[in-house]
Amino acid sequence: MSSSVTATATQSRERLYLQIYMGITLAVLLLMLLAGVALRAAQGTLINLPPDLFYQAMSLHGTGMVGIAGLAGVSIMWYFLRRYVALTPGIFLANLLLFTLGVVMILGAILLGGFAGGWTFLYPLPASSMGQWNTHAAAAFIGGLLIIGVGFLLFYLDAGRALLARYGSLGRALGLDQLFSGKVDADHPPTVVASTMVLIINILGTLAGAVILVMSLINLYLPAVTIDPLWAKNLIYFFGHVFINATIYMAVIAVYELLPHYTGRPWKLTRPFLAAWAASTLMVMIVYPHHLLMDMVMPAWMLIMGQIISYLSGLPVLLVTAWGTLVQIYRANVNWEAPARFLVLGVFGWSIGVIPAIVDGTMTINKVMHNTLWVPGHFHFYLLLGLLPMVLGFMLHVTRLPDSRIHPLLERGGFWLFSGSAAAFVVMFLYSGLHSIPRRFAEYLPAWVAQAQLSTLFGTLVLLSLAAFFILLLRRLAQVRMQA
Amino acid sequence: MQSTAWYTSLVLILLLSAIFIFVLRRSRDSGDAAEVARRAYAPRSKLFALALAAGVIITVVTLLPWPHQLQAGAGIDRVVEATARQWSWSLSEDRAQVGERIEFKVSSEDVNHGFALYDPDMQLVTQIQAMPGYINRLQHTFEKPGEYRILCLEYCGLAHHAMTASFTVSPN
Ligand code: HEM
Ligand SMILES: [Cu+2]
Ligand SMILES: [Cu+2]
Repeated sequence: MSSSVTATATQSRERLYLQIYMGITLAVLLLMLLAGVALRAAQGTLINLPPDLFYQAMSLHGTGMVGIAGLAGVSIMWYFLRRYVALTPGIFLANLLLFTLGVVMILGAILLGGFAGGWTFLYPLPASSMGQWNTHAAAAFIGGLLIIGVGFLLFYLDAGRALLARYGSLGRALGLDQLFSGKVDADHPPTVVASTMVLIINILGTLAGAVILVMSLINLYLPAVTIDPLWAKNLIYFFGHVFINATIYMAVIAVYELLPHYTGRPWKLTRPFLAAWAASTLMVMIVYPHHLLMDMVMPAWMLIMGQIISYLSGLPVLLVTAWGTLVQIYRANVNWEAPARFLVLGVFGWSIGVIPAIVDGTMTINKVMHNTLWVPGHFHFYLLLGLLPMVLGFMLHVTRLPDSRIHPLLERGGFWLFSGSAAAFVVMFLYSGLHSIPRRFAEYLPAWVAQAQLSTLFGTLVLLSLAAFFILLLRRLAQVRMQA
Repeated sequence: MQSTAWYTSLVLILLLSAIFIFVLRRSRDSGDAAEVARRAYAPRSKLFALALAAGVIITVVTLLPWPHQLQAGAGIDRVVEATARQWSWSLSEDRAQVGERIEFKVSSEDVNHGFALYDPDMQLVTQIQAMPGYINRLQHTFEKPGEYRILCLEYCGLAHHAMTASFTVSPN
C-alpha cells in the first residue's frame, strides 16, 4: 500500500519535472526563433539592427538554440531511458536548475553586458572585444556555459551509473557483445543503445568543453596565462560538434520509441543497427577536424580524416534510421496524427541535411564554401527540419489524450506550412552559399539583400506555423495532460 | 566549384525526397511488415558498399593535388604578407598580374580572422584562416584581371563585416 502511494508520488513529481522541461523548451524556442527572424530581417534591411545588437542577437540565437536543443534532447532521453534503467529524478531536476542558472548568466552577459562573441566563443575573441563588452560580461557568458555543462555532465553520469547497474558495462549496453559474438537480442532496446552512445560522447565532449572554458576564464582575469589558439580551436570544435550532434542522437530516440505506435510495426534491434551506432560513437568524435579544413597548419592526416569520416558518418544515419523509418511506414496503414507527421519529417530533415554537409566536408569545396551561408544552410536542415520536428513530435505525443484531436487545419495545414516554409528558408541559405554570401555578416552588400528579404518571408512563415503548435502545446501543459 | 556543390546537393536532395515521397504515397496502404522488411533490407548492404566505394574515389580525386597546395615555394612568383587585426587588413603588396602564382602568408595580430579572396563578380575564389601565432600560406594563380576584394570570413567582433581590403590584378 504505502509503496504504491510512493510510486504515484514519484510519478507525479517526475511528470511535473517533465512539464517544466517542456514549458521552458517551448518558451526559449519561441524567443530564439524570433531572434532568428530578426537576424535575417536585419540582413535584408527590413529592420534596423545596428551591428552591436545584431551580433548580440546572433550570439543569443546560436547559444540559446544549441542549449535548448540539448535540454530538449535530455528530456527525451530521460523520458524513455527510465523505462529500462533507474534514473535519479533529483539529478534530472538538478540539470534543469543548473541550466536555468546558466541561461540567466548568459542572458545577463549578452543583454546587459553586451557580450557578442558568438556561441563558439573562439579564443581569444571573448577577451578581445575592442571595448564592446568587458571582462565580466565574457566571464558571465563562459561561466554560464560551464554551469550548463556541469548540469548535463551530472545527467550523463547518472545515466551511466544506471546503465552500468543494469548491464554491467557500457559495451554491453551499446550492444558490442551482441555485435561481435553471434547472437543479436532483438529485445535489447534501441533507446539503451542510443543513450549509451550519447553519454559516452557527451561526457568526453563536455569535459573537453570544460577544459577550454576554464582555460578561457583564467585567461580573462590573468591575461599572462595564454592558450595556444589552434589548441583552443580544436577543443572548441570537438566540444561543439559532439554536443550539437548528440542533441539529434537523443531526439531520434523519440522516433524509435514512438513511430511504432503509429505504424503498428515494432522497431526491432538488428545487427546493422548496432554496427551503425557503434561506428557513430567513434566517428562523431574524430570527424570534428572538418571544421578546421581551412587551417593549413593542422596536421594533414587530421584534415584527410576529417573529410573521409565526414563521408562515412553520414552513412549509418541514412542507411539505418532513414531506411528504418521508410520500412516503418511503407504500406503500414499509418495513423498520420500530428506526432507521426513530425517524427517522420524530422528523419527526413536529418537525412537531407547530411547531403550539403558531406559536400562541404570535401576540402576543395570547403575552400569556397567555408563560412558562407552554405554552413547555416546545412545545419538548419538538421536542426530546424530535423531536431525540432522530432522534439515537437515527442511533445505532441506525450501530451496527447485519446480524445485530444487536433483541428485538421492545424494538423495538416499547419504542418505543411511549416514543412514547406522551413525547407524554403533552409534552401535559401544554401542558395546564398552558392552566391558566396558570408555567414555572420551584420550588413550586406546591396546585391545580397534581396535573398535575405525572401528568406525573411519564409522565416516568418516558419515562426507563425510553429507558434500555432507551441500555443496548442502550452495549453495542453497548462491542463496537466500527460501520459505517465 | 560553388555550382558543383550546389548541383550535386540539389540532385541528391531531390533524389532522397523522391524516395520519401514514393514511400509516403504508399503509407496508407496495408502490407505485410515482414515482407516489406525483407525486400527493403536486401539492397541495403549493396548500397552501403556503393556509397563507400564512391567515397573512396571522391576522396582520392579531390585530395590530389593537396588542396592547400604547398609545394614549398615552388613556382611562386610573388609573396604577399597579409596581416589581420580588428578590423583591417594590412597587405605587403596589393597588386599582381594575371598568370602569376601568388603566395599569401596570412596571419593575425589579435583574434582569429578569415582571409577570403573575392573576384570582381564577388564570387569567393579561395580562402584560408588567419590566426594569431601562426602563418597560414595560401597559393593562388589569378586568371581574371580586375578589382578583387578581401573579406574577413571568421567572426571577429563588432566590425567583422566591414573588414575588407582590395587587391588589383592587372592583365599581363
Ligand atoms: C525560424 C527559424 C529560424 C530562423 C529564421 C533562423 C535564422 C538564423 C540566422 C539568420 C542565422 C545567422 C546566419 C548568418 O550566419 O548570417 C542563424 C544562425 C544559427 N541558427 Fe538559426 N534560425 C532558425 C532556426 C534555428 C533552429 C531551430 C536552430 C537550432 C535548434 C538554429 C540554430 C542556429 C545556430 C546554432 C546558428 C549559428 C549562430 C552563429 O553563427 O554563431 N536556428 N539562424
Ligand atoms: Cu576579421
Ligand atoms: Cu571577421
